[in-house]
Amino acid sequence: MTDTFAIELTDIEKRFGAVHANNKVCLQIKQGNIHGIVGENGAGKSTLMSILYGFYQADAGRIDVLGQACTFTDSHQAIAAGIGMVHQHFMLVENFTVLENVILGSEGGALLANGIAAARTELMRLGDEYGLKVNLDATIDTLSVGLQQRVEILKALYKGAKILILDEPTGVLTPQETEELFRIFGALKQQGVTIVLITHKLREIMSITDQVSVMRAGQMVAHRDTQKTSREELAELMVGRKVLLQVHKNPANVRAPLMKVKRLTVADRQGVERLKDVSFELRAGEVLGVAGVSGNGQTELLEALSGIVPMTSGSIEVLGFEMDAKHPLTPDRLRQLGLAHVPEDRHRMGLITDFSASESALLGYHTDPQINSGVWLSNSKVEANCQALMQAFDVRPADPTLKSANFSGGNQQKLILAREMERNPEVLLIGQPTRGVDIGAIEFIHQRIIDMRDAGKAVLLVSVELDEIMSVSDRIIVLCDGEISGRINADDADERTLGMMMANALDPLDPLQNMDNDQASAKPVAGQETQV
Amino acid sequence: MKRDTRIAWINRLVLPLLNILTAFVVTAVVFWLIDVNPIEAAKVLLYGAFGYEEGIGYTIYYTTNFIFTGLAVAVAFHAGLFNIGGEGQAYVGGLGAGLAIFMLDPTLGAWLFIPASIIGALLFGALWALIPAYLQAYRGSHIVITTIMFNFLAASLMVYLMVHVLRETGQMTPQSELFPTNAWMPFVHDVAAALGYSIEASPLNLSVLLALFCALLVWLFLWHTRWGYAIRATGKNGTAAVYAGIKPKRIIIVAMCISGALAGLVSVNELVGYQHRLIMDFHLGYGFGGIAVALMGRNHPIGIIVAALLFGTLYQGGAELAFEMSGISRDIVVVMQGLVILFCGALEYMYRPWLIRRLAPVKAQQAPEGAST
Repeated sequence: MTDTFAIELTDIEKRFGAVHANNKVCLQIKQGNIHGIVGENGAGKSTLMSILYGFYQADAGRIDVLGQACTFTDSHQAIAAGIGMVHQHFMLVENFTVLENVILGSEGGALLANGIAAARTELMRLGDEYGLKVNLDATIDTLSVGLQQRVEILKALYKGAKILILDEPTGVLTPQETEELFRIFGALKQQGVTIVLITHKLREIMSITDQVSVMRAGQMVAHRDTQKTSREELAELMVGRKVLLQVHKNPANVRAPLMKVKRLTVADRQGVERLKDVSFELRAGEVLGVAGVSGNGQTELLEALSGIVPMTSGSIEVLGFEMDAKHPLTPDRLRQLGLAHVPEDRHRMGLITDFSASESALLGYHTDPQINSGVWLSNSKVEANCQALMQAFDVRPADPTLKSANFSGGNQQKLILAREMERNPEVLLIGQPTRGVDIGAIEFIHQRIIDMRDAGKAVLLVSVELDEIMSVSDRIIVLCDGEISGRINADDADERTLGMMMANALDPLDPLQNMDNDQASAKPVAGQETQV
Repeated sequence: MKRDTRIAWINRLVLPLLNILTAFVVTAVVFWLIDVNPIEAAKVLLYGAFGYEEGIGYTIYYTTNFIFTGLAVAVAFHAGLFNIGGEGQAYVGGLGAGLAIFMLDPTLGAWLFIPASIIGALLFGALWALIPAYLQAYRGSHIVITTIMFNFLAASLMVYLMVHVLRETGQMTPQSELFPTNAWMPFVHDVAAALGYSIEASPLNLSVLLALFCALLVWLFLWHTRWGYAIRATGKNGTAAVYAGIKPKRIIIVAMCISGALAGLVSVNELVGYQHRLIMDFHLGYGFGGIAVALMGRNHPIGIIVAALLFGTLYQGGAELAFEMSGISRDIVVVMQGLVILFCGALEYMYRPWLIRRLAPVKAQQAPEGAST
């Protein structure tokens, strides 16, 4: 550990209009350390990192990188100063090879051949040094998510990064891939690379970082040595009060099945089977959790059950009605029968960002006779409806005329949940209920889900957060590559078991280990999911 | 919330005004380059459009056409569809109006003729939009391609019908015989005369009331009915609409039919209101002008009425300009319109980033933290 800090931020100020996104933020990150930054959504983490990476300029304050005072007006300058960033969503060209992706933007001349040859040697060296083996000639779309992320890290190192910022790097990984990533972090650290890890997963912070800084409402509220803190303390610092990380619930009072899914198969437009032969029952009074790495058929499952995508074969019996490929039920019909659906992606499907909150709160229910009189849609009733939903779920600001896009992620989610849950459906399909939602709201949402179950409703919960699945569900099924790869009672489930089920029989560590010996074997394992 | 309102006003008012101003400035430069005093030209143009009763009549008469086509484009646009087939739909709508009139007994009263011709125009305009809509919804042919092709088909069809089928017997000009006078939409000056006011004769007829009524209906339909909600939801976010149980195919058909029907009404103003017979090319320019009108009017009926008035002014004032000033041909109107369309349509958002920075700086809700969730 040297005396110079890798990054030293002093009194960083950033205002967006009236809102103080960064309020006199100071941060010192020691060279060669792994430094975690935690905070709720909207705490100012991303703003701070964007300032550090040159996307924004700070209104005031000082940035020192490796002992040099810097002002970044764009990301090129940040890269030149030795900062590399791995975004949550990868910035890779899918049909380029790894090598082509890495040299993109630094081709080294008009003719590619020389640059490619030089890059290949350099990448081999980097790969050896940091244990970052990837087949350089594989195209990105054949690589698993974990390997794609590795390419992103390689890209940053290739451009000379001494400081690596990773934004929520484990969100899309299996537990095993996460372990592998952390092993890489270890190797990087040994070589003197400084790592800044932005995450909301406190467990990861505890297991990998050396120091951790907590942000709340635009301010740095605490710096801790990881060894001297605890998950509970960090959570408390993040929200400013004590939070329950465990959901309290009574034993389930399970009754008759409300939904029977038999041998459901769903193929996409290209004819690729996204769900294969999936059968399960969803019973009144239980929460059935669907675990899996995202992109393994969860989206298709939710959309098939709610009538949005057509089934290829199989049948679904829901609330006494039967549907199959030849006799589908439409989303509006299913909704009338008492099936509600909180979609995984609230921006793409859950609401219409350009609409006012009251109009978004109407989505799916615009034909409801209660809000229509004759041909007219009663605007006052639409607003009253929204007002009631906002009150029930504490949506802030409680202004039905505000544009949906202008609510924070958590409040948008609460509005959607309110819309789907307040009509008292019999069956609730719910996808990623707490994605991008801050801790306080997570607690609230989990409680509402449990309340539904205790009221004798059937809840299907799809989530990529294992903690969520394990604490809210009563039973768990695991999807891998469109098939059910495991069924387990929540009480018997632990992370390790679920992780193995999520990876199915193909142990994801295997191909990685092979690759360490032989690059050519880095071809993806057949069927391994690369879509995110 | 305040910023939201400000942005809304920038979009609604400041931006169109600035765009139109730019178009006028560039027009002035063009005038100056061809040795015409721009201020003189502006005076002539404004006098031509608003200086005397007949001029005003013409201006509002042209405005009526632009209201119809502007509304047509807007309805399709709210469903996420770009209907550039207003020309063809207006043309074929004329066929519908004409056929409805010729099929009825000429001794019947105006109370029957006029509604019949309106319905004919609506139906045929809708029909001409229905085919591209069907192809888009069920066959995936892009609506922009099909509607523009249907403009050419409409032109060819009408030439054939006008020359071979509907031509007045014994006449060389490709036009139908005159409609029976019972079928004429009353002129405004006639109505005024009946009420005891005297105004100069102009082509202005009661179709203008129909246009305003349509604007009201479109507003009510889009923002105050469940069908309008479904159309707007589909246009803003098709995936969310499907999730909500809205059937996008049906929306495409419905929105395009309404759009085509509105465009078809141009013929009521042109043929039933003024020409009183089927003629060739009565529709030229209004369909495409409607796109600019809708863009400028932010696809809102009130905006469309205002924008249509601007285009009506340019049409009438420009014609006057060509007539009055030497060195200016009628083509200058096309140049002016072109510039308006260029700055209000193609370069619509040119000033937007600058205006937003100036008048409504970003607040934290737009900060990346929120965006990343």
